[in-house]
Amino acid sequence: MKFARLVWANIFRNKRRTFLTAASVAVAMFLFASLRSIITTLEASAELGSEARLVTRNAIGITFPLPEAYTSRLKSTSGIRNVSWANWFGGVYQDPQDFFAQFAVHGESYFAMYPEIRIPDDQLDLFLRERTAAIVGTGLMERFGWSLDQTVTLQGTIFPGDWEFTIRGVYTPDNPSFSDQTMYFRYDYLFERTNRQVTPGWFILQLEDPTAAANISTTIDALFENSTAPTATETERAFQAGFVTMWGNVAGLVRAIGTAVFFAILLVAANTMMMAARERINEVAVMKTLGFQNRTLATLVLSEATIITGVGGLIGLLLAKGFINPANPVNVMLPGFILTTGTFVAGVGISIALGLVSGAVPAWQSARLSVVQALRRVA
Amino acid sequence: MKIPLIYNLRSLRQRPISTLTTAIGMALVVAVFVAMMALSNGFRAALVGTGAEENAFIVRKGANDEMSSGLSRQTVSTISSLPFVAKDDEGRPLISPETFVVISLQRINGGMGNVVVRGVSPQAIKVRRGVEIIEGKMFRIGAREIIVGKTLAQTFPNTAVGEQITFGGQPWTVVGHFSANGSAFESEIWGENEQFMPVFRGEVFQSVTFRMSDPSAFAGIAETLENDPRLFVDAHREVEFYENQSAQLGTILNFVAVFIASIMAVGAVFGAINTMYAAVASRAPEIGVLLTLGFKPRNVLSSFMVEALVIALIGGLIGCLIVLPINGLVTSTTNWSSFSEIAFAFRVTPRLLMYGLVFAAGMGLVGGFFPAWKAARQHVGDHKTRRVNSLLELPLNPRKPRKDSAAESTEPSDSPQKEIGGHGFRSVSYISYFRGFRGFSGKQKHGMGTNLLADLQRSLHSKASKR
Repeated sequence: MKFARLVWANIFRNKRRTFLTAASVAVAMFLFASLRSIITTLEASAELGSEARLVTRNAIGITFPLPEAYTSRLKSTSGIRNVSWANWFGGVYQDPQDFFAQFAVHGESYFAMYPEIRIPDDQLDLFLRERTAAIVGTGLMERFGWSLDQTVTLQGTIFPGDWEFTIRGVYTPDNPSFSDQTMYFRYDYLFERTNRQVTPGWFILQLEDPTAAANISTTIDALFENSTAPTATETERAFQAGFVTMWGNVAGLVRAIGTAVFFAILLVAANTMMMAARERINEVAVMKTLGFQNRTLATLVLSEATIITGVGGLIGLLLAKGFINPANPVNVMLPGFILTTGTFVAGVGISIALGLVSGAVPAWQSARLSVVQALRRVA
Repeated sequence: MKIPLIYNLRSLRQRPISTLTTAIGMALVVAVFVAMMALSNGFRAALVGTGAEENAFIVRKGANDEMSSGLSRQTVSTISSLPFVAKDDEGRPLISPETFVVISLQRINGGMGNVVVRGVSPQAIKVRRGVEIIEGKMFRIGAREIIVGKTLAQTFPNTAVGEQITFGGQPWTVVGHFSANGSAFESEIWGENEQFMPVFRGEVFQSVTFRMSDPSAFAGIAETLENDPRLFVDAHREVEFYENQSAQLGTILNFVAVFIASIMAVGAVFGAINTMYAAVASRAPEIGVLLTLGFKPRNVLSSFMVEALVIALIGGLIGCLIVLPINGLVTSTTNWSSFSEIAFAFRVTPRLLMYGLVFAAGMGLVGGFFPAWKAARQHVGDHKTRRVNSLLELPLNPRKPRKDSAAESTEPSDSPQKEIGGHGFRSVSYISYFRGFRGFSGKQKHGMGTNLLADLQRSLHSKASKR
């Protein structure tokens, strides 16, 4: 501690260099935090689905519907408290590139099953009374500048034509990972408009006892095995996780980039520390002559490096913290894009590790420096 | 007068570690940049390569993808009888009405994957030029036989020729593997459309692809089809249709590539600035000599810029070498317009490598500018430089070279004396000697680097002693 002033003086000896090094570490940590947040958010959304709900879909694939008649058979299966169903609508609002999800749902049962979707009671009542009503997430309302009671027109892609919906409710998700960019409308509207051609896309089953999930899944699939539409049933969590893996190996990609960033910046920091050390060879020699121990000298170099990278890293992490917020456009695709404490701690750890590794070479050099040689060079 | 490049190269060799660490830092940035671009490039190529320029692609009016389209038998037979559909040698129309479904299959490494099952006409391989059976044979008409794309065969079990897969409640025998120039078709299962129709969606096709007898007449063909009262269709060029499907994800990938690489580049440029400042600082005496010798500040500026550029290009080259092995590496993602999995390979093209080098050069120029500026602004009279002046003068004083003999080797019109004058040392003689000095040509054993002074003195001495 008594050498704190010495370390301090050394840090500010070449202000520009210190600044540039800290800044490059800051940039690296900003990137690290942003990338890692993408992974943690993806992981969080894979775990978003409930373990207490099952999803039953057509065994051929998610795009094949199931007969509506399955409802009653599912309801009568023991261990199932409630059954609901939904359809993917695939509509386009103005610009096809401006994607958001729309689901046709059976209102009475669906929202009762999803406490995650919070809707004021009076709005839900209106929704249940009006066939063309829709409930829209807060984020989506904001994105398109919609207001309550507004009528919006979507072009159907799977179900062609212009579809008009009146926004009667706005929901707030109770969990940041649950998307606030979704529109729900009534299944019977879809049913009527398609001349009763449409059937449920998938069923959602609420379990009385989540631990029985595996057994009940097998029972249901066995029940429909020899019918025209065999089913595949899994927990909602597994169903969600399946969609997340569809992004491909994002985690692997992000990790590869993260590693490259780490080494690139490590080289920058190490180079700087070596430059700093080279400048001070004569000083080190003098200090050694005065009786400074190798250990003390190493500590000085290492603490200088660690302070520079640590401060830089902290700045980068704080910047990332400011950048990754609910207003970020990434949220549209990745709901719940937040910087976790784990990422922050990992970032600080890496910054310090950067400092220690980059200071290691100069510390080692100063330890094996021969005083006579160094002083001769000075003269 | 330009400062020779060899001066920079030798200076770099004087400090190999800092040159290399800076260059490798940049190399990593370039590698990430090129890799990300290769990813987006490969994805785009997989979807764009799916279409052919001379093919027209018909879906139901308003359908953005094959998934949401539907065409009746009536529509299909109307289209195939139209005159602009090309015919093969035997006079049959080159047309493939297709069914399109996406099914879930178990992957080799566990987990489910969504796979496109495409019912095609037996003509499909002729209509689509790039498709080739690489193993086994084509499926037979009327049989429950399928052929699978070669990338699909690698990721899903029971896809070897002769094995059976069960989907849609039926067993299907794999009779062949096909390749399709690395396009998205290679992630698909193909069978006969008439076999798939009853199993999946009934009497309806999702798309019709046909070869146009005159591809340049596409606009007219599209108009005829879209205005035909019997039909309710949209016509696209096949290549454009698939290109549109890749547009969104391709744009995201490109954006991410540029975003990440730019942020990394900022870090690497800071590193380069550090290195170059250190280079400038440690070579202040040399710069002084260069200025004293009559090189203009702008020569010094460009010389240091060139040096930064050389470091960056070394980095760029290393980066390109690091990234080359990922070329051809297969990865997969989802085509979000049909929720199906498509496998594609990273594509590192010469053009991308060139972008990488340009990117590196950009980093070098940005990183080198301020240090080079500082170097150029250094004054001959600066304290560090003044020390050099005295160094230059000291050992030479006893043996003054004769002015007239030195002047012989230099153009008389050039008179740098005035430019530098006022410092009270014999610059003229040294400049004259410098003009005749061959150190830059590479004959000298020592580089110009830090040995400039020694070289200069040695050459002066040797000239003087010869006389």
